[in-house]
Amino acid sequence: MADAPILIDRAKCVGCGKCVKGCGFGALSLVDAPGANKLGRLAEVDAAACKACFACIPACPFKAIAQVKQQIYGTEDLESYRDIWVFAEQSHGRIAEVAFELLAKGLELKAQRGEGARLCAVLLGSALAPDLEQSLVAAGADIVYKVDDPSLAEYEANVYVDAVAQLVAKHRPEVILAGATAVGRAFFARVAVKVRTGLTADCTMLKIESTKNKDTGAMQMLLHQTRPAFGGNIMATIMTPNHRPQMATVRPKVFKKAPPDPSRKGEVLLEALKLITPQTRLVKTVRDPDAIDIAAHDILISGGRGLKKEENFKLLFRLAELLGGEVSCSRAVVDAGWAPVARQVGQTGKTVAPKLYLCFGISGAIQHLEGIRGADTIIAVNSDPNAPIFGVADLGIVGDLFEVLPALIKELEK
Amino acid sequence: MHVVVCMKQVPDTTNVRINPETNTLMREGVESIINPFDEYAPEEALRLKDSCGARVTVVTMGPPQAAVVIREALARGADDGALVSSRAFGGADTLATSYTLSMAIRKLCGGKTPDLVLFGKQAIDGDTAQVGPGVSEFLEVPLVTYVKSLEVAADGAYRVTTVMDDGEQVVEGRFPAVMTVLKEAAVPRFAPLAGWMAAAKAKIEVLDEKAVDADPIRIGLKGSPTKVVTIFPPPVKGGGEKIDARGDGEKGAKAIAAFLQKKGLVK
Repeated sequence: MADAPILIDRAKCVGCGKCVKGCGFGALSLVDAPGANKLGRLAEVDAAACKACFACIPACPFKAIAQVKQQIYGTEDLESYRDIWVFAEQSHGRIAEVAFELLAKGLELKAQRGEGARLCAVLLGSALAPDLEQSLVAAGADIVYKVDDPSLAEYEANVYVDAVAQLVAKHRPEVILAGATAVGRAFFARVAVKVRTGLTADCTMLKIESTKNKDTGAMQMLLHQTRPAFGGNIMATIMTPNHRPQMATVRPKVFKKAPPDPSRKGEVLLEALKLITPQTRLVKTVRDPDAIDIAAHDILISGGRGLKKEENFKLLFRLAELLGGEVSCSRAVVDAGWAPVARQVGQTGKTVAPKLYLCFGISGAIQHLEGIRGADTIIAVNSDPNAPIFGVADLGIVGDLFEVLPALIKELEK
Repeated sequence: MHVVVCMKQVPDTTNVRINPETNTLMREGVESIINPFDEYAPEEALRLKDSCGARVTVVTMGPPQAAVVIREALARGADDGALVSSRAFGGADTLATSYTLSMAIRKLCGGKTPDLVLFGKQAIDGDTAQVGPGVSEFLEVPLVTYVKSLEVAADGAYRVTTVMDDGEQVVEGRFPAVMTVLKEAAVPRFAPLAGWMAAAKAKIEVLDEKAVDADPIRIGLKGSPTKVVTIFPPPVKGGGEKIDARGDGEKGAKAIAAFLQKKGLVK
């Protein structure tokens, strides 16, 4: 016999029969139980008749009836979730580069998933220009779900949460990816909780593969989400077997963007949603015209603790000028106050993927190496021949950076 | 005004490694520290205590030894605190943790929502930054992230500056709110000796799953949608050419210049 969805606590039941009246399906009855209580009878449930409506729970004045929890916590009707979504972060008429990187990965995931899964982009904003959605189609989106509403003109976490959660409830995507940006990390985490699913942050590898669900034993196509943990000392592969959608964020520059294909065809669906009012009022946006975006540069000249002094850190700017690059640094430099956190590379700074990463006096803590994994070429100058940075450098110079750096500047000035 | 600050004790991640033979975490000798990003939210709360007489409650979830997090906050001037702790909470991911913490916060506030719940921007063990936003959803309270400065007006409205990737936003709102706070927000104060002495003697309330009325299926490993399937050491990229230029900077510089030339990275 199947287990009943409710459990009656025999110690609390007084045999009053209120639950019997409260049950609309005739699943409860009173049976004689001499000595169990004053009335000598107890409520009993017919498991086959119980429809799990739980109307009996509030009907019992003695709190003797409780819901028996299902063994697996999960989303109902998992199979009804399909498609792979990418959140296309948009600000002031520009789509964030990470959205295109995710669409490139999304094309791979779509092929791995098969069974007619589609790649879809979610675009939020106000008075959105049509070329935005077209760029998403050219990057691989079969469908663009577009929400165009004045309350989405500027990022407000709570309205963003509402919009995306409504779309998820309506269309049931199997997978959703977002960039791990200031926007993506914040509101996306709340979306995951709102739709009661899991979210894996900062994934560095994603693939969809047929996998056995350990709870049910069934084979499922699951998203394998691999990310660094414990400051990059450990990689973990995480899955969300029983909940949908499977949600993940990815930092900018972790995946490579694919060249756009303007001949691609896609459908743009304008979603007219009734959104909540913004919960905060934007007073002003301060955009720093001199804001440094180290991730946008192809050449990075980077410095670390080995530079010893702030003046020495400034030497790097001359080299950056000569090579047409930007200056970045390790955490030690930011902690010492020589550079703002915007220049920091690594786990707590930015992930970068330049063509050239030329670094001086950086030993290569794992957290730092994590941030330069995508660099094409790494050149390192360090006085310690055993510095871990040499393990990843294409060219390693063991030597005194105070000799090498000025000599290199001189060499390039020729 | 009632401010709840959520803090976390974490392993000092710089020392966490994987045992290459068993592929399991080696935790021996790894010290526990207060999450470095959690130093600033309590200070922000204590400033509200100084300026508006706010009551400051500190909550942490973790094993019994995490009580030290609360003692430290009490020493600095927090009014009370609770340790949310039970074996049943073990293995919780960010959804289960957000749920458990929100239930604990409700419990500590007599079923109501506090005016303000503060978090650090993220914890260094998982670096997810997800629990603050998660708690805001369970408490059904507006969320404001990456707060760099917070001002509270006389009428109870707040004005905050938040940091975005391409600049900053200044926003206004009304409590209640859940906020995640950046390092820039406040320099933590020192705890006076008398504070330490009182905190050492304070009895710390411990809340388990029954105390917070948690649904048993939504806590701990069982209540976590995300499952860690495997852990492994990060892949190592082999190093390339290594040149010893000790005592000869010129040699090093020439090698770099030639390499850049070869790669077409310099004109």
